[in-house]
Amino acid sequence: MAPSATMANSLQKHHKQLLSEWVKHLQSEVADGRKVRISPQELSTQADEFLQLLTDVVTGANPDDRRSAQFKALQGFLENMSRSRAQQGFTSAETATFIFSFKQPLFAALRVEAGNDANLLANEIWNATRLLDELGLITVSTYQHAREEIISRQQQEMLELSTPVVKLWEGILALPMIGTLDSARTQVVMESLLQKIVETGSQIAIIDITGVPTVDTLVAQHLLKTVTAIRLMGADCIISGVRPQIAQTIVHLGVDLAGVTTKANLADALALALKRTGNTLSR
Amino acid sequence: MERIPILRIGEFLLATIQVDMHDQLALQLQDDLTKAIQRHGAKGVLIDISALEMVDSFIGRTISDISNMGRILGARTVLVGMQPAVAITLVELGLSLPGVATALDVDRGMTMLRAVLADD
Amino acid sequence: MDQIAAGEEPLRSQHDIVMARQAVRRLTRELSFSLVDQTKMVTAASELARNTLIYGGGGNMYWYTLRNGAKQGLRLVFSDQGPGIPDLELALTDGWTSGTGLGLGLTGARRLVNEFDIETSPAGTRVTIVRWS
Repeated sequence: MAPSATMANSLQKHHKQLLSEWVKHLQSEVADGRKVRISPQELSTQADEFLQLLTDVVTGANPDDRRSAQFKALQGFLENMSRSRAQQGFTSAETATFIFSFKQPLFAALRVEAGNDANLLANEIWNATRLLDELGLITVSTYQHAREEIISRQQQEMLELSTPVVKLWEGILALPMIGTLDSARTQVVMESLLQKIVETGSQIAIIDITGVPTVDTLVAQHLLKTVTAIRLMGADCIISGVRPQIAQTIVHLGVDLAGVTTKANLADALALALKRTGNTLSR
Repeated sequence: MERIPILRIGEFLLATIQVDMHDQLALQLQDDLTKAIQRHGAKGVLIDISALEMVDSFIGRTISDISNMGRILGARTVLVGMQPAVAITLVELGLSLPGVATALDVDRGMTMLRAVLADD
Repeated sequence: MDQIAAGEEPLRSQHDIVMARQAVRRLTRELSFSLVDQTKMVTAASELARNTLIYGGGGNMYWYTLRNGAKQGLRLVFSDQGPGIPDLELALTDGWTSGTGLGLGLTGARRLVNEFDIETSPAGTRVTIVRWS
């Protein structure tokens, strides 16, 4: 695109008019009965800043250069705005409307500047459309990424909540694992167990796999790595709830559990842990 | 050149590593500790790495060597305070430091050493 | 995928290895890597930096911060003009060690990162690793 003097003139000479028409349109979009998520004042400020940055690009030395400082500034502004809209719960359409609703006021201004030159007007509208579409896509794309980030973070939090580490006794932690274990989940859970060991200064961690139907090589290796890491930190680990089927799987997989204490159930593991921490059980 | 300071606590020695160590410094620690074990007739050595945010294969092996050398000289070594992220990384790296005793902190390390020495 | 920033650290002395580790720690922290991921990357860098110094006769670590959609990443390139690794296949076999520990550095570092690439010849060696947040 080669933004000409016409576009630059439109933006500069009609600045106030463009701004007020555009903001009017934006505010009517936002306040149509739904929750108003952004104040008219804030909307107006954002529109003003966008207009200013856009003008800088078009009147700059290299209006076409997508790597120019001015374009980068405009892009940065749009990305920030999209991210914050994503966090606030706007839809992607609502976010993109910010850009697209600018077309109408802009075309009106271009018409005035182009005067009677139909060819010039057609060219300018085409160029302006291309630029605004590109900016609109930047906005939507950033919005998408921001939503993905939010969802992924929420998944992480749910993961941590669903496998709590329990303090069974002074110095003894238990981690009951339930359901099928996938590699990612196991990693997150193990890291949180190690962290809890340090935080509570617990000497023994019991990982209970009673509620785990199957154990594959990856999970078995992860368990083994966790046990080793716990030992390196200076604590001990007992794996409880090992059923015959799982014992067979582990041996068949060739995973070496030598040196790892295992117990058939949580109660036995707790009894052993209590003994090791110098407690005695009495009836 | 800078050295890791070694503290004497009764018949134990305590080395607290608080800096990002280059290989030379690790080797210097090995040298200093073995000499100190001999000089003081130390029966136990505690290496405190609770401030270390990274232990790579060289440092890991050096610690392992210190433990082995110490044993030959009549002293038991306990590695204390390894951070979770460091432990996870070391295991992933393929190092499990077999033969190196570990404890959560210096207090427990000393309790462990006293118990082992009482048995000896 | 975009490259956001780049830089380099010399690897000509042991002190440089410590500096390189600290640079990687700073970079991974700025990229919001989890603590475990930061530590893995710093450790991998330490292993490879050491190889560059000791077996490569010294060289450089080049770093690049990357963005791929919502993910941020760090690419490190360890480059030297040393004699190269004679038997790469063997060196990359898990559990192999040259006695002086060359093998462990490479295979270990590989396990700590998401992407690993190595080019080696008698004219030098180039190891590239990438870790994503």
